[in-house]
Amino acid sequence: MAPISALAVGRRKHGAGGGESAGRRRTSFPVWRWVILLIAGVYFLLPLYAALRFAGIHAFGTVFVQPGFWPALWLSARLAIITTAITLALMVPTAVYVHLRLPGLRRLLEGITILPIVIPPVVLIVGVLQVSPGALKASPWLLGLEYVILGMPFAYRAIDAGLRSLDLKTLTEASSSLGAGWLTTLWRVLLPNLRTALLSATVLIVALVFGEFTMASLDLFVTFPVWIVLFDQLNANMSVAASIFALVVVWLLLMLIVVVGTRQARRTGGGQVNLFTAARTDTKGN
Amino acid sequence: MARTDTVDVAPGSLADPGVTRVRTVRTVGRGITRLAGIVPFTVYISLGLLIPMIAIAVGAFKNPNTGAFTFSNVDIATHGVYLTGIRQSVILSVLASVIPGIFGALIAYAIFTAKRASLLRQVVITASGVFANFGGVPLAFLFIASFGSSALVTGWLNDIGLNIYNDGFSLYTLSGVALVYMYFQVPLMVLVILPALEGLRPAWREAAENLGARTWQYWRYVGGPVLMPSFLGCVLLLFGSALSAYATAEALTAGTIPLTSIQIASFLNGNVIAGQENVGKALGLGMVIIIAIVMVFYVLLQRRAAKWLR
Repeated sequence: MAPISALAVGRRKHGAGGGESAGRRRTSFPVWRWVILLIAGVYFLLPLYAALRFAGIHAFGTVFVQPGFWPALWLSARLAIITTAITLALMVPTAVYVHLRLPGLRRLLEGITILPIVIPPVVLIVGVLQVSPGALKASPWLLGLEYVILGMPFAYRAIDAGLRSLDLKTLTEASSSLGAGWLTTLWRVLLPNLRTALLSATVLIVALVFGEFTMASLDLFVTFPVWIVLFDQLNANMSVAASIFALVVVWLLLMLIVVVGTRQARRTGGGQVNLFTAARTDTKGN
Repeated sequence: MARTDTVDVAPGSLADPGVTRVRTVRTVGRGITRLAGIVPFTVYISLGLLIPMIAIAVGAFKNPNTGAFTFSNVDIATHGVYLTGIRQSVILSVLASVIPGIFGALIAYAIFTAKRASLLRQVVITASGVFANFGGVPLAFLFIASFGSSALVTGWLNDIGLNIYNDGFSLYTLSGVALVYMYFQVPLMVLVILPALEGLRPAWREAAENLGARTWQYWRYVGGPVLMPSFLGCVLLLFGSALSAYATAEALTAGTIPLTSIQIASFLNGNVIAGQENVGKALGLGMVIIIAIVMVFYVLLQRRAAKWLR
């Protein structure tokens, strides 16, 4: 295998130099690439710009002193904390276990965790309100429990990408040959290696909790997004400014995590860190 | 009941045959103890997802006052304004899954092949994670401020002689809602299609080129066929996502377009004729059945994709 891949690399370098026809075709790539990215950039940034212009940047400052702002923010923050805690406690051991012991179930787990994207939250909350015991129904924690389900598609994918970029088998075998048990391995070997993946999962869950409107409003709890809508009827500008602000903050946070994670991984000899996809390090079978 | 059972239990029940098939090679007993590690996850999914769905299915066939078995909820839910709602929802979801699917796949491929621009990749991927979760009133506002009848972009287009509102476009019709849905559908597509693109090995392209294939020939005979099942699977996922979206459509149209998800929510909000309380559940059941059909095809496509990818 090695000589062939060496040949391929050599050939690609030669091609990039523009010597042969493959090289000419490759250099024409960037044109359509930039066209696509330009269209995407316009589509995604123009509405943001229009909304900010319409709302006015000075509307920001006053939003913090509006009635109900802090209670709503505090409720959403608590929900975000509990959702993150449950998700990580539930999904990390499950994902590690399936990767190590039941690799045949990986595809099934992927299929189950994608379900919350397609199952309408409107429908789910109807069912949940019907079957949940009265005490839980009256408490906002019911929302937290359901947000764990809603966040699964994103959380699982982030954790799965982290696990795939590790050499899980070697790590666990090395750890157990040094006498570590299951929990020690998980806590002291795997978790530190999964730091970036876990941080990404956390930020995505926080983004979800701070953006989820359907379930919260139908369950009649005034979380941050619900407050924005209620408040919107009084003063649209400020609440829109606040939600755009939240969007940008979450995105910058994610960028920071990924950039720092990549830098750290490079120092420790790991591959590139991606949010949802694992950079393939082995090329077995090629 | 029988129908709904296949709907709700299908994903969970897949576990057992798959495992036992693998396990029969060794002892069945060891297989069962091995499954112990996924018990917490299974229990959580059952309580949080499966049982509520079963409750919906049961409620759809119940008379709200007497609790007796009845078909009247389903009957109401499949006629008149509710039938229109389902039809409109499906049309909207097709629009808001095929177009963002193609666009998202192109974006994903553009950043995937940009080997040297790893910062660009990170920017696009992280932005996708955030934008895929954006929706509701803030999103509606973004588009009202830019594509509303007298908004910024509409004004610009007017200045260059293009009056989109005279040409039949409106933000508050199906096509307008589909345009807004793209805002979270495209990033979702980028996220779900990327792993499939990673499975596309550079060696295949090199092999094809060594055999003298041109770019279009590579895509026609190698890349396209390999990616097609994954692509279609991801589009189905977007279809489900569009079908289940509620907050954005509600904020944008305030119910002027009949959509099933908005109709279900109005039952929860108490806007309901006496004796029809369970029609909302029947509507929910209808949506879940559509989703289940979609997911069956999704699983089949994923299985086919697995032949070559990964």
